[in-house]
Amino acid sequence: MIEVVKGTLVLAGALFMLLAALGILRLPDLLTRMHATTKAAALGVILIMLAVALHFAEVAVAARAFAIIIFVVMTAPVAAHVIGRAGYFVGSKLWSGTVKDELRPNYDPLTHELKSGMETQANAKREPKHNDPP
Amino acid sequence: MTGAIWNLLLGIAWVVLSGDFSGLNLVVGLVFGYITLVLIEPQVEALKGYPARIPRILRFLGFFIKELVQANLRVGFDILTPPWHMKPGVIAMPLEARTELEIAMVANLISLTPGTLSLDVSDDRKVLYIHAMFLDDEEELRRNLKEMESRALELFR
Repeated sequence: MIEVVKGTLVLAGALFMLLAALGILRLPDLLTRMHATTKAAALGVILIMLAVALHFAEVAVAARAFAIIIFVVMTAPVAAHVIGRAGYFVGSKLWSGTVKDELRPNYDPLTHELKSGMETQANAKREPKHNDPP
Repeated sequence: MTGAIWNLLLGIAWVVLSGDFSGLNLVVGLVFGYITLVLIEPQVEALKGYPARIPRILRFLGFFIKELVQANLRVGFDILTPPWHMKPGVIAMPLEARTELEIAMVANLISLTPGTLSLDVSDDRKVLYIHAMFLDDEEELRRNLKEMESRALELFR
């Protein structure tokens, strides 16, 4: 019984990783590729680590497996966000099938100012912020 | 926060008093500590709301795993079949989260579910720009994102 569960978990994890790899090759632009790689790969790692924890059935191994899961879950979205954001602002082209882009009109490439589109007269003026570069 | 610290202290006390220094015994101690805190919660002002937190976290985990698997399958299906079904686009989502930590958590959760990738926060921190892969039903997507955000915020407030 437990063998079947382990086998299913490992296979499903490997399948999701394969999907991620195919996604990098097939998807048309940077942002959609980031979708495929980070999330499918993260889910793959999670499933394989669950299988590892089940297979060894020891507290020490299980604790490490869960630590790996937590680290992957914490770091994968940050990496995806940073790469996607950098790529977008550097000007990588979006796929021709992209239906809408609500960011572009709000972004000023000269000042790197990003508006929210919810400004009123009162807050439209830009105040200096504590995290501004000197 | 106070509740979590007391729970940990009670768990450690259990481990020390029972003299069995193993991870499993610590878990047992944490469970008993939690039950104790649930029982005395009506009398102690500082513990208000702590017992409700753990079922809430578990429910959130369940909801999140369901979303994760579902959305992964959808992206996988689109990768495998030759014509593109996806309609990617960048949408602006008004944020309910206010502090930096809340925004970071919400943005991370949104990035973690496939099909959505948080791109940037506007300078006034009112709007999160999200790259979504499936914009066939934008209203539905916005509702899902809102639900995820409010559920995540419940955990902090």
